[in-house]
Amino acid sequence: MKINSIIFSSLLTVFLLACGGKEEKKTDGFSVERTKATEQPQENTSATNDVPASERITLDNKGVGQIKSLSLDPEINMEMVEAGSALFKTNCTACHKVDKRFIGPSPKGIMKRRSPEWIMNMILDPQLMVEQDRCAKDLLVEFNGAAMANQNITVEQARSILEYFRTLE
Amino acid sequence: MRNLNYFFSSIMAIALLFIGCKPGTNGSDGGALASSAAEKVYVAPGEQDEFYAFLSGGYSGNLTVYGLPSGRMFKEIPVFSQFPTSGYGYSEETKPMLNTSHGFIPWDDLHHPDISQTNGELDGRWIFVNGNNTPRIARISLSTFETEEIIEIPNSGGNHSSAFITENTEYVIAGTRFAVPVPQRDMPINEYKGNFKGALSFISVDPESGRLDLKFQVMMPGFNYDLSRPGRGKSHGWHFFSTYNTEEANSLMEVNSSQNDKDFIAAINWKKIEDYVNNGGGTKMATNYAHNVYDEHTHSGTSTMKKEVLTVDPTEVPGAVFFLPTPKSPHGCDVDPSGEYIIGAGKLSADITVHSFTKMLEAIEAEKFDGEAYGIPILKFEDVMTGQVKSGGLGPLHTEFDSNGNAYTTFFISSEVVKWKLGTWEVVDRKPTFYSVGHLMIPGGNSRNPFGKYLVAMNKITKDRYLPTGPEMEHSAQIYDISGEKMELIYDFPTHGEPHYAAGCPADLLRANSKKIYRLDENKHPYAVTSPDQARVERNGNEVHVYMSTIRSHFTPDNIEGVKVGDKVYFHITNHEQDFDVPHGFSILGQNTSEILIMPGQTKTSVWEPKQVGVWPFYCTDFCSALHQEMQGYVRVSPANANMDLSWSLGE
Repeated sequence: MKINSIIFSSLLTVFLLACGGKEEKKTDGFSVERTKATEQPQENTSATNDVPASERITLDNKGVGQIKSLSLDPEINMEMVEAGSALFKTNCTACHKVDKRFIGPSPKGIMKRRSPEWIMNMILDPQLMVEQDRCAKDLLVEFNGAAMANQNITVEQARSILEYFRTLE
Repeated sequence: MRNLNYFFSSIMAIALLFIGCKPGTNGSDGGALASSAAEKVYVAPGEQDEFYAFLSGGYSGNLTVYGLPSGRMFKEIPVFSQFPTSGYGYSEETKPMLNTSHGFIPWDDLHHPDISQTNGELDGRWIFVNGNNTPRIARISLSTFETEEIIEIPNSGGNHSSAFITENTEYVIAGTRFAVPVPQRDMPINEYKGNFKGALSFISVDPESGRLDLKFQVMMPGFNYDLSRPGRGKSHGWHFFSTYNTEEANSLMEVNSSQNDKDFIAAINWKKIEDYVNNGGGTKMATNYAHNVYDEHTHSGTSTMKKEVLTVDPTEVPGAVFFLPTPKSPHGCDVDPSGEYIIGAGKLSADITVHSFTKMLEAIEAEKFDGEAYGIPILKFEDVMTGQVKSGGLGPLHTEFDSNGNAYTTFFISSEVVKWKLGTWEVVDRKPTFYSVGHLMIPGGNSRNPFGKYLVAMNKITKDRYLPTGPEMEHSAQIYDISGEKMELIYDFPTHGEPHYAAGCPADLLRANSKKIYRLDENKHPYAVTSPDQARVERNGNEVHVYMSTIRSHFTPDNIEGVKVGDKVYFHITNHEQDFDVPHGFSILGQNTSEILIMPGQTKTSVWEPKQVGVWPFYCTDFCSALHQEMQGYVRVSPANANMDLSWSLGE
């Protein structure tokens, strides 16, 4: 697993170099005009890649992983929301803030962009998703190669987190 | 970095194996059909070993974990020595583990590991080890592979016939090698004889928690108690100790303690003594020793000083202690899987002496004594001895067993392993070792159920076995295939420190129970932050407490201001990862201690006392992700008299 991630990160480094550096904050010292390059996978042919992965609507994509199909009750279960909110706070807020883009994207409005299955698969096995799901792969690139951590969340816990996301319109 | 190193060392190991495949270099006498030694030890990339082997580190103070048959080292578990690789003994949480009645001691000499047992078979819950120099016993969890408990042994000096466990892990037993005055006092050394004592300590093990308690000490005559083994099966309830220096010499020992033709194996009926103390027997004695316990949920150790110990005068418990004369300063004192044979390896002798437990009981029953030593009955050699192995070797040291009635004994002076048959005492095979073998290990070899496939010989002298590395060489171990009638040397591997002894078990006994992460929701560390919004910095006088969290690839907070010269800054860092094998490290410039390595879900504390004004960087020391290089931060240190309030941030 480690070896995979090392190889992967090496590839990623090469890729990042190819795409240009990070945005510099202007200071009293010297500054260089550098705009952030649009991140695009090299074998880019699909029209969907004109839109950054974080803004794409991929509701038909269920992702890769153990969650194949999931139907949501029209009514939001507040008990699950509470549990999901607590889990999100402990396991996810180091990188995901509701009110802003941080290390990773904000979960706000995610239900309008991603399918419930995709969201749960991403939480349950982010490494598999990054390897096999195009959108997850593009998100990784868009967010500077900060790989999402596997937090050993159970299916039931992931389902609660999903329910919590439903409240983040 | 750790993982990269591991990756490269694996490649190196594999490369070496291929080089070793040249025909005719491995000493195999097999024909075309015999599998080569290289095939026997080759564990392909991605495959795992069949056995765990735990080799003591000797003067490294730590325990090393290897795989068999590959000889690959997996881990060094810090026990008695500070270990900068993980921060053990440097972090605030683990410093108490090294506390003793002599204060903080950063080192010891770790000799003999023994795996816990149930009904005389390995159960793989814990492994016990001894610290020889400042007498201590440690218990290591075989789920976390961390040291969970260390208990100091009072009234002892050179804790050597330790840490051996009884067949249901009722007790871990610790005997003193050096006799000492009890209680310690200012007295002439040459009044040793008759005045010094040899304490044999029986430390009970809680069957659920494994928690240790020094239950009683048997105050034996001032001999040197060298090694010991528990009875098993029919002899369960007894424990056997080899002795030397029954002369009670106190100087020029290499001559003066080798005068007697025979020393003793001491047979202790601990069940009888346990009954005696349970019924109010024994004498309470004031003393002082440390008992250090590490809690997996608070991720912290605490040290408590104990002030009393229960001592037992063996002459007060009739029928509990006997001496079995055994030739020439016996070292190994080993009990076969059936519990019938007690094997004394007289290290200055050519022969191995085998005593019979049945004959011993009969002689005791018939009260056939050959005098006494300090009131303890001495049995007659002829009455207890049942066989002698006329090996032709020199300097027998240590014997272990397979499950087919064979015994394997190392010979230090003649550098060999000798295989012989229990009952007939006939020598079946002998193979040289390279060089000067000390102890050997067969997985489960100290149990009712040995796994007689591989034998590991731990050699004291390395010489030309590896590329030279200056005057000091790592010690060398050799693996023999013992599955056939004849032993076959199949592999050499270097070992770390000085392995004196080892214990091994099938990989399946431990693999499934090996912990992968500490659960964040079970973290009870008083300074833990379980979500990043709890991260903060607090001042209490000149103490600054940083409650920090970490996940790939940032610290929260990563900018801290308001620290002043003269402050004592505690970084309490909680790793929020919940994924296997994703530790984060922490270190800050100018720290007078080591880095710490924090496991997923764990909290550890590192102290920094900044002495210079400036902006000082800290960073993650363990390569954790593609953005590991970015995992860094700054602490601004202002003059001691500056009017700076604490502030902290991340991404602002």
